[in-house]
Amino acid sequence: MSNEAVIQHGTVSHEVHEHHEGHHHETFISKYVFSQDHKMIAKQFLITGMVWAVIGGLMSVLFRIQLGYPDAHLPWLEDIFGHWAKDGKIQPEFYYALGTMHGTILVFFVLTAGLSGTFANLLIPFQVGARDMASPFMNMLSYWFFVLASIVMLASLFIQTGPASGGWTVYPPLSALGDASQGSKLGMDLWLISMALFVVSQLLGGLNYVSTILNMRTKGMTMTRLPLTVWAILFTAILGILSFPVLFSGFILLLFDRHLGTSFYLSDIVLSGKILPNEGGSPILYQHLFWFLGHPEVYIIILPTMGLVSEVMSINARKPIFGYMAMIASMFAIALLAFLVWAHHMFVTGMNPFLGSVFVLLTLLIAVPSAIKVFNWLTTLWKGNIRFNPGMLFCIGFVSMFISGGLTGIFLGNSTLDIHLHDTYFVIAHFHIVMGVSAFMGMFAGIYHWFPKMYGRYMNNTLGYIHFWVTLVCAYVIFWPMHYEGFAGMPRRYYDYSNWESFKQFVELNKVISFAAILSFLVQLMFIFNFIYSIFKGRRVTSKNPWGATTLEWTTPIRPGHGNWPGEIPEVHRWAYDYGKDGMDFIDQTTPVGKDESKH
Amino acid sequence: MTMQRKKIHPYKFSLWLGLAGIIMMFAGLTSAYIVKRSQPGWQSFTLPTIFIYSTLVILVSSVTVQVALKAFRERLMSKYRLFFAITAALGLIFISMQIIGFYQFQASGKKMIGLGSNPAYSFVLAIAGLHIVHILGGLIALAIVFFKAFGRKTRNYDVVPVELIATYWHFVDILWVYLFVFFSLLH
Repeated sequence: MSNEAVIQHGTVSHEVHEHHEGHHHETFISKYVFSQDHKMIAKQFLITGMVWAVIGGLMSVLFRIQLGYPDAHLPWLEDIFGHWAKDGKIQPEFYYALGTMHGTILVFFVLTAGLSGTFANLLIPFQVGARDMASPFMNMLSYWFFVLASIVMLASLFIQTGPASGGWTVYPPLSALGDASQGSKLGMDLWLISMALFVVSQLLGGLNYVSTILNMRTKGMTMTRLPLTVWAILFTAILGILSFPVLFSGFILLLFDRHLGTSFYLSDIVLSGKILPNEGGSPILYQHLFWFLGHPEVYIIILPTMGLVSEVMSINARKPIFGYMAMIASMFAIALLAFLVWAHHMFVTGMNPFLGSVFVLLTLLIAVPSAIKVFNWLTTLWKGNIRFNPGMLFCIGFVSMFISGGLTGIFLGNSTLDIHLHDTYFVIAHFHIVMGVSAFMGMFAGIYHWFPKMYGRYMNNTLGYIHFWVTLVCAYVIFWPMHYEGFAGMPRRYYDYSNWESFKQFVELNKVISFAAILSFLVQLMFIFNFIYSIFKGRRVTSKNPWGATTLEWTTPIRPGHGNWPGEIPEVHRWAYDYGKDGMDFIDQTTPVGKDESKH
Repeated sequence: MTMQRKKIHPYKFSLWLGLAGIIMMFAGLTSAYIVKRSQPGWQSFTLPTIFIYSTLVILVSSVTVQVALKAFRERLMSKYRLFFAITAALGLIFISMQIIGFYQFQASGKKMIGLGSNPAYSFVLAIAGLHIVHILGGLIALAIVFFKAFGRKTRNYDVVPVELIATYWHFVDILWVYLFVFFSLLH
């Protein structure tokens, strides 16, 4: 029997057969818990990510209370957190744990798993025209490894010595020596275990995303007919597959140092007046391994949102995306450069200045593809017939944030300026704007836009507008002033700045920032209320294609079943951006090209 | 519905991607090793002889898994089972020899762990140890497919899982040969 013939009777077509006949009996467990349906897994990722976002956001509110009001005593804090907030004041150990966990949770659990997990799962099969992922089982495993990682990380918040508190990058020697701090004890081990599980989840997901995109496209869906969302997710997944394992290897060596008495990262250390026997190691080695993932990681966060924004913007401007091929090429360039710039996080580690200059050049080069993308978004909006719905507003907000944050990247990418700016509030402002707030804006755009596909209902628009404007204004009020604090040399991660003469000028400013942080957190709770309320009570979607979009997900029924299309998978005849062509509002991808149709 | 099957099977494609990830992990570790080697405090070493024999064992197992795959394709099921079992046995022997090798290495005064260990030796344990974990993963996959071949009431002639395992097995074989040469040259 030939290979080809065997596979036709193999698992893949067998599953398809099941969807086809509809005798695929689903129990509550198989439908809502251990689901292998990409749409359900997407919702699971989204909701788990939202839970984490609330936890991580709440942490930032708590440490902003400390930063804005270092002298305040709030008895209710002690009621909730006990000795961690003795006398109603957040204790230093608690403060460091909050900062560390805020970073870990937001970077990995929300903006990596919550974002890619949601939109890769939801959109890949829909938009390439597949009934499900290449391996639905692996896809389910990916989610459940994420849940396991979440449980371990959550557990670490409740142990006696508290969670990891050495910063989200967990640099040794602090992270390698259990006696170095409270957070370096069991909390650090749980952090590493959780992250190992998380890496497994990301790899299982990533393998599936890439092989589905490259192997499961429907008839006619050539690579250059794919929507930019799918391209963005493809690059994201490749980045993840190639960079997470390196992080993993860094963690393995860290675990060896912690528990087997090795000295990969340790040398010449004095701890509490005692000289440690470790010799021959180098903590800088960890930084190299960490940032080899750490830098691609920021693109793992931002690339999917670039895809989402391109798609939602084009639909709501009723115009084709400007420079489709340039968009792909610039994403490719960003993905490639992502691997070549990691040492710009390490300019002040005593690196050879010549090597530093190479990394400066490569880092500044990223400005080119980024600028191409910004130019293309702006030209997509140019003379568009714009529908200012919440999804579109968040797209425009994304571009605004991406420009603001991208420009400060040019400052930090310069090794000489970085000597002054390194580890100051300028860095905090830069990365929060360019990958934190931007990524959230892109994600919100995606949620508002695809909510009707996920739940068959719309989210409330009024609440959406409030959500957008408050978020946008608060984001700038929080992060813009931090640039000035950074210029003035205010270092990040300090517990209390009020005793420094040079930072006293910022006392009132820090209060404003904290106030805006709390307000923006509250408005996110309103968004979650809108989300949950709309699942059950939102206005119903009455047509298959409510936004007038061209892509394949809008050819499925309003509430698609397992397998997505009730009949055959539609064939694709054109690219995904035929808006406003030949006097037509839009022409969807399944419409054959007419004889006298103009070329795009 | 017939799937478009001119292209590579998605599972095989996923496997190749996964292998790329594993390569990156070992590339990360071996580049860390190279960087560390150029810094002061490095102590050079030679691996115990048993690692040469374990290398031969894993090389032979690659041949046996290939014979098993060929037998499966020709539906010579008893031959397939025999060579699959031999492969698994060779895998176990390889792991045992590696572990013995670690003990000999540590016993010869080259401490890999604990007080007075040197990162040079620790790297051997970390990298070769991680490789063993990958062999173990291969053995588990081998066992699952092997027992499925016995357990089914109806014969399962799907060649894909067997091909996946063979590819993976060759990969971990080549990976070890690379690591062995790496440790031998850059000691």
